[in-house]
Amino acid sequence: MRNHRFELMTDLTELGVAALRDGVAGGAFTATEVAHAFNAAVEAAQGALNAFIVTTPDAALAAAAKVDADRASGQPLGKMAGVPIGMKDLFATKGVQTTAASKILEGFIPPYESTVSQKLWDAGAGMLGKLNLDQFAMGSSNETSGFGNVISPWRKGDDVTPLAPGGSSGGSSAAVAARIAPAATGTDTGGSIRQPAAFTGISGIKPTYGRCSRWGVVAFASSLDQAGAMARDVRDCAIMLEAMAGFDPKDSTSLDLPVPAWEAGLNADLRGKKVGIPREYRVDGLDADVAKSWDDGIAWLKDAGAEIVDISLPHTKYALPTYYIIAPAEASSNLARYDGVRYGLRDLPEGANLQDMYAATRAAGFGDEVKRRILIGTYVLSAGFYDAYYTQAQKVRALISQDFMKAFETVDVILTPTAPSAAFALGQKSTDPVEMYLNDVFSVPASLAGLPAMSVPAGLSRDGLPLGLHVIGRPLDEQGVLNASLALEQRAQFSAKPGKWW
Amino acid sequence: MSVNTADVAKIASLARIKVSEAQLEAMVPELNGILAWVEQLGQVDVTGVTPMTAVIPNTLRLRDDVVNADPLTGGNIRDAVLANAPVAEHGFFGVPKVIE
Repeated sequence: MRNHRFELMTDLTELGVAALRDGVAGGAFTATEVAHAFNAAVEAAQGALNAFIVTTPDAALAAAAKVDADRASGQPLGKMAGVPIGMKDLFATKGVQTTAASKILEGFIPPYESTVSQKLWDAGAGMLGKLNLDQFAMGSSNETSGFGNVISPWRKGDDVTPLAPGGSSGGSSAAVAARIAPAATGTDTGGSIRQPAAFTGISGIKPTYGRCSRWGVVAFASSLDQAGAMARDVRDCAIMLEAMAGFDPKDSTSLDLPVPAWEAGLNADLRGKKVGIPREYRVDGLDADVAKSWDDGIAWLKDAGAEIVDISLPHTKYALPTYYIIAPAEASSNLARYDGVRYGLRDLPEGANLQDMYAATRAAGFGDEVKRRILIGTYVLSAGFYDAYYTQAQKVRALISQDFMKAFETVDVILTPTAPSAAFALGQKSTDPVEMYLNDVFSVPASLAGLPAMSVPAGLSRDGLPLGLHVIGRPLDEQGVLNASLALEQRAQFSAKPGKWW
Repeated sequence: MSVNTADVAKIASLARIKVSEAQLEAMVPELNGILAWVEQLGQVDVTGVTPMTAVIPNTLRLRDDVVNADPLTGGNIRDAVLANAPVAEHGFFGVPKVIE
């Protein structure tokens, strides 16, 4: 009996959101058993992967106990009942340290809960812990965290070189890929859900800007930041996104619209749908494996009944430079709040005045990449340069958005690769900021236009590392994105997972 | 456009980030690399284009003009507001002396 129990607990970590929810509701196992299994998996992996900044096993157990009690007393169960998740440490969680992976917020204990996390708890999810990320979500490899790198669970065969889990939601992607969390929240400013999902062989969706409340989410670039779901497959992402989304009067950019029943609406039959293939994404020197997986994706969508249409998004090449003006500009403004007065770190050198204290605190608390972006942002917003940089970027952003709107007059969704390569080694790109920024070349345009977009695993590179396919949809058409992604998922039959070396 | 050490020192001062001489030297080529790269936006013809202000059309809402319309952002939560302050004294945020 004891052995049987042990096997059950091990196997539970192989299940995704839908299977856990249905298993708990049907009585195949209890939410408490699920929480114990994932808590144990989290603890066993923490030393090797560093996916979490803090773990909260008691929170996972408390949420599970409530679900089990509700089920026993015949209460209705929520959409995520009995599913323990990882919470990216960008979401404020009441009573649990929230840092954005920055030393400037170390020890900050929010006296409030973010809207998105509250919605997940209300839906019956439990919290395994706060997931590591790039500092203030600024990065593509999780190397800018103030709490150490996250190590991808993936390796190139027998090569033990640590690989990047992607970023900024690198703790989220590593945890889901390593089967230590069935799902995790992510946030996406320029690709921070989709690129890490692609690097680790999982699925991740960023909804339309405004679907998920930004209230209680540490701000990076407010016109771009959007929360989303990361899980093992499309259905699990649909379930979780339904629980996260919805109007919030506390966020002025929240969309006052009902949340569609995305899970119930899943349908991989794409007959009558048109899929756009933007020629500008076939960049010179595109990685051969990435190009092949893109061709596979085109064939799969054709097989699902879709018509493939060649399209043009002429301003694509300007998306990254536009992003690297707008995002730092907004960041420099948002991060002005970290001043050593109201919360977080204070560095007060002997004899310092208030201005010295601000400068010393921010020098001590922010990492190099955060400082770099604040300085760029301050520069492009400064007198004499504002029009040349910031206004010009907002104009080009309008053109990028118009490119998409014109394409969506003919096509229903757009298919591209998620990232220009498979995961790279930690340290490989951290010396040249611009080279690191190029990682987001395929994900940034949809962010600038506020569009829903999703990455799903497509296959493996020649080195045995995951590659992702990227579906971009019309504003508010998450269903179209999920459905095309489901059609890809059914044909890709991606079942690879990292070997358990930790 | 490119920046020199004096420019970066000025920007860092505006951003209230203390930067050592050695850090300044290192930042100049980094920032110039990024600025040279974003310079390509100048190639785009933006004649007649209105700068984007909102990605998804939305209307700005006003909350009811009453005290504590939302208790979380309303009043009478002084202790919660001060709970994370590095220095809180007598119900206020403590800062170094600002008036001589």
